[in-house]
Amino acid sequence: MLTADGVPLRRSLNRALRRQKLRAMLLIAPLLVFVLITFLAPIGDMLFRSVENQIVSNTLPRTVASLSDWDLASETPPDETVFRALAHDLVIATELKTHTRLGSRLNYEASGMSSLLRSTGRDVEDFGEDLSASLADLDPVWAEPVTWADLLGDPAWRAEHESWAATGQRSGAPAFQPSATALTALPRTTEIYGAFARITQEVNGRNLMRQDPWHLVAITLIEEIKADPAAAQAFAGEHAARLAAIAGADLAQADFTAAFADSNDRWITPTPWSVIALYAAPYTPGYFLNAVDLGKTPEGIAPRPADEQVYIMLFMRTLWLSLTITALCLLLGYPVAWLLANLPARQANLLMILVLLPFWTSLLVRTSAWKVLLQRQGVINDVLVWIGLIGDDARLVMINNQLGTVIAMTHILLPFMILPLYSVMKTIPPTYMRAAKSLGANDWSAFWRVYFPQSVPGIAAGCILVFILAIGYYITPELMGGARGVFISNRIAYHIGTSLNWGLAAALGTILLIVVLVLYWVYDRFVGVNNVKLG
Amino acid sequence: MAEEGLMTKTDGDEFVVFDGVQKSYDGTTLVVKDLNLSVPKGEFLTMLGPSGSGKTTCLMMLAGFETATSGEIRLQGRNINTVPPHKRGIGMVFQNYALFPHMSVAENLAFPLEVRKIGKSEREQKVRRALEMVQMGDFGGRRPAQLSGGQQQRIALARALVFEPELVLMDEPLGALDKQLREQMQFEITRIAHDLGITVVYVTHDQTEALTMSDRVAVFNDGRIQQLATPSDLYEHPANSFVAQFIGENNRLMGTVTRIQGDACIVRLDSGDEIDAKPVNVIRVGDRTQISIRPERVETNKDRLRDGAHTLQAEVLEFIYMGDIFRTRLRVAGHDDFIIKTRNAPDQIRHQPGSMIDIGWLPDDCRALDAPQGT
Repeated sequence: MLTADGVPLRRSLNRALRRQKLRAMLLIAPLLVFVLITFLAPIGDMLFRSVENQIVSNTLPRTVASLSDWDLASETPPDETVFRALAHDLVIATELKTHTRLGSRLNYEASGMSSLLRSTGRDVEDFGEDLSASLADLDPVWAEPVTWADLLGDPAWRAEHESWAATGQRSGAPAFQPSATALTALPRTTEIYGAFARITQEVNGRNLMRQDPWHLVAITLIEEIKADPAAAQAFAGEHAARLAAIAGADLAQADFTAAFADSNDRWITPTPWSVIALYAAPYTPGYFLNAVDLGKTPEGIAPRPADEQVYIMLFMRTLWLSLTITALCLLLGYPVAWLLANLPARQANLLMILVLLPFWTSLLVRTSAWKVLLQRQGVINDVLVWIGLIGDDARLVMINNQLGTVIAMTHILLPFMILPLYSVMKTIPPTYMRAAKSLGANDWSAFWRVYFPQSVPGIAAGCILVFILAIGYYITPELMGGARGVFISNRIAYHIGTSLNWGLAAALGTILLIVVLVLYWVYDRFVGVNNVKLG
Repeated sequence: MAEEGLMTKTDGDEFVVFDGVQKSYDGTTLVVKDLNLSVPKGEFLTMLGPSGSGKTTCLMMLAGFETATSGEIRLQGRNINTVPPHKRGIGMVFQNYALFPHMSVAENLAFPLEVRKIGKSEREQKVRRALEMVQMGDFGGRRPAQLSGGQQQRIALARALVFEPELVLMDEPLGALDKQLREQMQFEITRIAHDLGITVVYVTHDQTEALTMSDRVAVFNDGRIQQLATPSDLYEHPANSFVAQFIGENNRLMGTVTRIQGDACIVRLDSGDEIDAKPVNVIRVGDRTQISIRPERVETNKDRLRDGAHTLQAEVLEFIYMGDIFRTRLRVAGHDDFIIKTRNAPDQIRHQPGSMIDIGWLPDDCRALDAPQGT
């Protein structure tokens, strides 16, 4: 189709509509940006946190790499190489103080990991102290920080550093540059010295020429020279001679296994190693497994110990109580909505105000009011005792259990059931009921066969709304539920606020989201979301 | 002739009876004031009246959705005041059809049969027959929302008839249809009603509908039946000024009765002119009266008037050509809304505005009615 001037009709229409669309976009843009920043981005971040696990491989990169050869199922700890790698990683981690965070992370999976890493973190600095001392005995120059810088640093960098030192400035020291010789001849020593130099200069802001290198640098140098005495030849002048002296000297070998065992004998059991190996991957299903009471073991995925199994039960309880609350809301709300829709305007308005009244009161106040009413010495119990229905010693327990949660939440969520029901019932003309009766249906079958089917969209909307609100409810179960009436959201809040296990909180939240989406899908299949009418 | 037929029907055979029925919603005002009405079996009775006149309330009381405040409603001689609607066995067609939107057409029709526990095969047969009766045989599987207004109307009619009630109530069933469809449905409803021999009580505010469809029409106003008569009686012999005004077009002239002589009277109009009229509800000389003359009964050709008949001078104000008729607006005796209708015939004069003409009428066509209050 073409327009009168020969432009295709579709293109002409699009052009005409573009301005309109653009304006519409501009109108919603602020809200869109707001929602993106304050809602979608945090949710995306939380979802990501539920699988994100880079802390292990970032903090212990060498350990993780060397552990890949170790058999998870073995009864013995890994060999010396792995211990050395861990010492290497831990020295850096303790300098950066990241080992405590790693400890907290691993503690979620196996208790004791946090204290283990903390205690060894305190000792790891001193590992190999005797070896580095014996190196200084061999030649006192090794006790001089400058010796190390001269041996491993790039000459140009050294000159630059000297001229910086001459200015007497405290900051702006040129960053350590390894020399090409050192990199090829003593790669491991250079690497660990590089790490030391970076932390000293950048993190601690100290002068590299005044700081003793870690013992680990000396140990590594001894090992490398002993393993390949020819490496000394690569260096010129006094460096060559000093290195050759080390090669010829009788120095003890470092024993990291012993050092770790000395620090904490749990290191010579396979347990901490299997925890590290199991949770080494940068992305882990671990939080999700944890959220459904499973855990990774060397033998594969297995249930957690019975005393740690809590989440499946909590999920079930949340679903079950939410269903109960939804059903109660429907049962109580349907007649009220019907009255609202069928009363004369004056009375209906009054009733509507009563329905909406709870919305004008703080949620916390309403929940607290229920506490006052339901507690053992509360109003309801007092009245029941006073009229003699129950004995003073047999007061009903209606709070700090599931009953309390159900009562308070049904009351609080009732308007969310009534309002969609009302808005749908309002659109059902009374003539339908009259027509049904004129056709011979009695009151019940007129209601059940004619009125009720037409109110289903309202029931659907109300139930979805109440159920989804209930499943994520927090404050009321927290205040009313005690230990037995709390929901999964209370556990999520605990992990966000108290245990700081955000990964697990995120996994629990994601599962909750998925459960809701699945239910929504099931609901759509059977009721049809198009049938839902909110107003 | 039609009148005679009706007379025999009303005799004795009281199918639906309103006996002194009153209805009040608020306890202070009566919506229906002392209604007495008897409908013989097989009659098509229309309740006609402006909105708020009580006609729908009467229908709802008959259907059982409203209870009479006092008086008695009888169906086939049985007092049904306390019978709930679903036990009255009265078919009803509602203003907006009230087809159940969640059921198909066939399910809608089957509904009254199902609640009566009629077997499946018989049910299907009756539904099919009812659909064929309203010429909607192929629409059983559709949803009401997929039908046009006229089609929905037919289905609503079929549903009200499918359980074979002897009495069917219709509450302005054609109100939502356009003119052409409405005329077609008027014909169809009367045809079906006559074919089935059912009694119909029909409520409308559309006088054309009432006149074309009914055996008798009850004109309601202010909670009372103003006149209960056949359509032709109603139009030609309105019993009071309300009916004359409400049914058809009507010219009004105000005056005072100066002489009554049996079936004729002389009325002096407010302008001073005297005219012949037929006294309908004026009682004595000196009564204020409203003269009612149908526009098509006004004669402009002196030759056709009886000798000695009074004529009036009239000034032509407006001439409107309407195709089949001419409509001329005149100023007569001080009223400038006097309308005459003349047939478009080759010899018919087309009066020019501004010209003066003489008009007259047969005394029988000029009815001296009660003067509405305040005049």
